[in-house]
Amino acid sequence: METNIVLCGVGGQGILSISIALDIAANRLGWQFKQAEVHGMSQRGGEVVSHLRYADHTVRSEVIPRGKANLVLSVEPLEALRYVSLLALEGALVTSSDPFKNIESYPDVDEVLAAVGREPNHVLLPGEALARQCGSVKAANIVLLGASAPWLGMPEETVEAAIRELFEPKGEKVQELNVKAFRTGRSAGEAYRRCVAAGVPSRSACALAGKLKDGLLSPDAVAPWKAVFLGPGAAEVLSALGQPGQRVKGDAAVPEAILAAGKEADVAELMAGRR
Amino acid sequence: MATEVKTATRPLLGDEALALGAIDAGLSGAFSYPGTPATEILEFVARETGDGPLASAGGVSHSWSANEKVAYEEAMGMSFAGRRALVSFKHVGLNVAADPFMNSAVSGVEGGVVVACADDPGQHSSQNEQDSRVFAAFAQVPCLEPAGAQECYDMARDAFDLSERFGIPVMVRLVTRIAHTRSGVALAEKRPPRPLQPSTDYARWSLLPVNARKGVAALAAKHADLTAWSETCRWNTLDLGRSGSRTGVIAAGIAVNYFLENYGPEDSAPPYLAIGAYPLPVALVEKLLDSVDTVLVLEDGYPHIEGMLRGLLDRPRGKAIRGKLDGAAPRTGELSPDLVREALGLPARPHRAASGLALAGRPPSMCNGCPHIDSNAAIRVVLDTYPGTHVFGDIGCYALAYLPPFQTVHASIDMGSSISMAMGAAAAGVHPAIASIGDSTFLHSGMSSLVDAAKRDVPMTVMLLDNGTTAMTGFQESMVTGEALVRVVKGLGVREDHLHVINPHRKHHEENVALVKREVEHKGLSVIIARRECIQTARS
Ligand SMILES: Cc1ncc(C[n+]2csc(CCOP(=O)(O)OP(=O)(O)O)c2C)c(N)n1
Repeated sequence: METNIVLCGVGGQGILSISIALDIAANRLGWQFKQAEVHGMSQRGGEVVSHLRYADHTVRSEVIPRGKANLVLSVEPLEALRYVSLLALEGALVTSSDPFKNIESYPDVDEVLAAVGREPNHVLLPGEALARQCGSVKAANIVLLGASAPWLGMPEETVEAAIRELFEPKGEKVQELNVKAFRTGRSAGEAYRRCVAAGVPSRSACALAGKLKDGLLSPDAVAPWKAVFLGPGAAEVLSALGQPGQRVKGDAAVPEAILAAGKEADVAELMAGRR
Repeated sequence: MATEVKTATRPLLGDEALALGAIDAGLSGAFSYPGTPATEILEFVARETGDGPLASAGGVSHSWSANEKVAYEEAMGMSFAGRRALVSFKHVGLNVAADPFMNSAVSGVEGGVVVACADDPGQHSSQNEQDSRVFAAFAQVPCLEPAGAQECYDMARDAFDLSERFGIPVMVRLVTRIAHTRSGVALAEKRPPRPLQPSTDYARWSLLPVNARKGVAALAAKHADLTAWSETCRWNTLDLGRSGSRTGVIAAGIAVNYFLENYGPEDSAPPYLAIGAYPLPVALVEKLLDSVDTVLVLEDGYPHIEGMLRGLLDRPRGKAIRGKLDGAAPRTGELSPDLVREALGLPARPHRAASGLALAGRPPSMCNGCPHIDSNAAIRVVLDTYPGTHVFGDIGCYALAYLPPFQTVHASIDMGSSISMAMGAAAAGVHPAIASIGDSTFLHSGMSSLVDAAKRDVPMTVMLLDNGTTAMTGFQESMVTGEALVRVVKGLGVREDHLHVINPHRKHHEENVALVKREVEHKGLSVIIARRECIQTARS
């Protein structure tokens, strides 16, 4: 067992907190871990990257060799793309879709998200929207940690316990908020992957996953959602999903109702589960 | 499936592990000046011992010093008094502390002195990538080079023991990746500090030539004993293995990890000598050479070991030496597991292709609302008004003004250089000559230059950017700020009619520009203190 994770984002996005949570978890399991941070100048709005490795055997290099990373976990989509070439062929890329634009030369966001969408084995989630659902936009980092759960190589209970330990000094409310963010991220990530595997376009799956209540999507809702997103009303549905505060129930009834109502659909109403 | 276990290890950065190792080895005093990647050493000592008693009461005293030289000399005073001291800084900090460092090797120490020097190969946040191992060899002091947080912890204790056994300061050389990598550390038993027992060997400590000649001879005589120690010390290990390969490896510090990364437990690695302690174990090196035809040297930093092996004649005992000097590894920059893999001649691992999108870099920049933005906006106007203007900057967040949109820094080479370089340029005929320097840097090493400039009334303008903190390295307290800083500047001899305090804020832009223009036209020394709190500390 060996897990190698590249954690990245921009200074101030909570990269260090995720790394430390995973250190705590690895330590609880009695595993060896090495977590390399970049400090200093990068605190000033620069790119931040942390290499985290843990294993049930000796971990040698502090830096992840190219081709040995299982996971790139990013709180920012441009930063995620920076480290793709460290990934093993079958490695995963989990990133927030929220761009952090503090440079003039930031590429076209649609191009960045499309590039993420082309990566095999990826998850693209609106981290901030999901975090807001859980009570604080600051928990976006933990939402993405949750979405990474399938690749962490450790029991989810251990990660949750580590999150509790990390946020202990901040009190119980913050602890619970972050555990919720972890669970929501995990569910939303699963919803996203199901949709994309079924053929839903990446941007649509991302928009939907961000509005699902607790990130939950029932498996039988995937096919009708696909029909919605590939159908003639897709643009309207996407624009309704773009409304702030919009929530979508995760059962199949919602996309089915949208399909049934056809042109007449009041999409926003239907999403909220109101008829 | 994995289950949780009770572990005794504590997750620590390399810096923190070194600090805790020193504390547990019976430390009495820790002294430092901030600098990436060494800053967390003193910060950790402060966190860990802050509530406890001071050294005089059997605890640990710690402080940020005015600069690295001061820190080093405080450590020597602590040692003279019989107690153990840790002094830490980044690699270029040792340049500032070079005088006491070199001479402390001659005087020797009483209580153990450990010098933790954090190098920055690859220059993540530094002006150069000088290798402190070279400095240790220059001073003829032993050096330990940890390859992980556990070794940082263990070596700190060994370094104190070694220091007291040989009566010599001992360097621990870190690199950024070791200093800033966290991992689990198993702790040893905590030792009590040494008692207060000042040295009475005044001759050894007083380096008049009559005494110092003896000190120099004694230091040279230690080399053989230190080498004998190094041959059998646990940090240097020779593994001839079973591979039968005729190419052997000498790897030092972090490079040992990058090397072993390529071999699983069952693979047999080529014969190798892992180095964690200097002076080099000559007999072990000979043994390795005897069993191979070629030696590949892997080290992060300068080709230090490689250069010693090659000497002038390139092929010691007819063996080929490979490394940074023949291009097997890059001559500059940080070593990496991938570069080491290539140097070993192993095929690259398959990996995913880059996304193909051109990815703009995200360089550090001044924060929104930073007072340096407004100071440099004013300097920019002066530059545009007087075409001959040159600005000598310094080391701190304001060095970022070199970049667009300001481009108001034309040179910044080392801490404290702004004022003295402006003096030299003014002497050459540059006018207007402007120095821009932060509060912490001014107190570190700008003050003595200002004494000189004031005494000679050099025609130049000093912009002293008082944001009340040492921002760039993480907001450590600045020695003197605000009104007290004005008194310091006056005390250094600056004329009051050419000493002004301004508030660098957008709403004062016009008046600030007018003032700077007026002072720039003055044919003597002016000092303008631009005082506004760092936006980061103001917000928190
Ligand atoms: C000799 C040396 N010691 C330490 C450092 C690390 N260092 C870089 S900038 C800086 C201090 C900056 O403080 P200040 O001048 O007050 O400027 P600010 O960043 O607050 O604007 C330090 C300590 C260095 N580069 N060189």
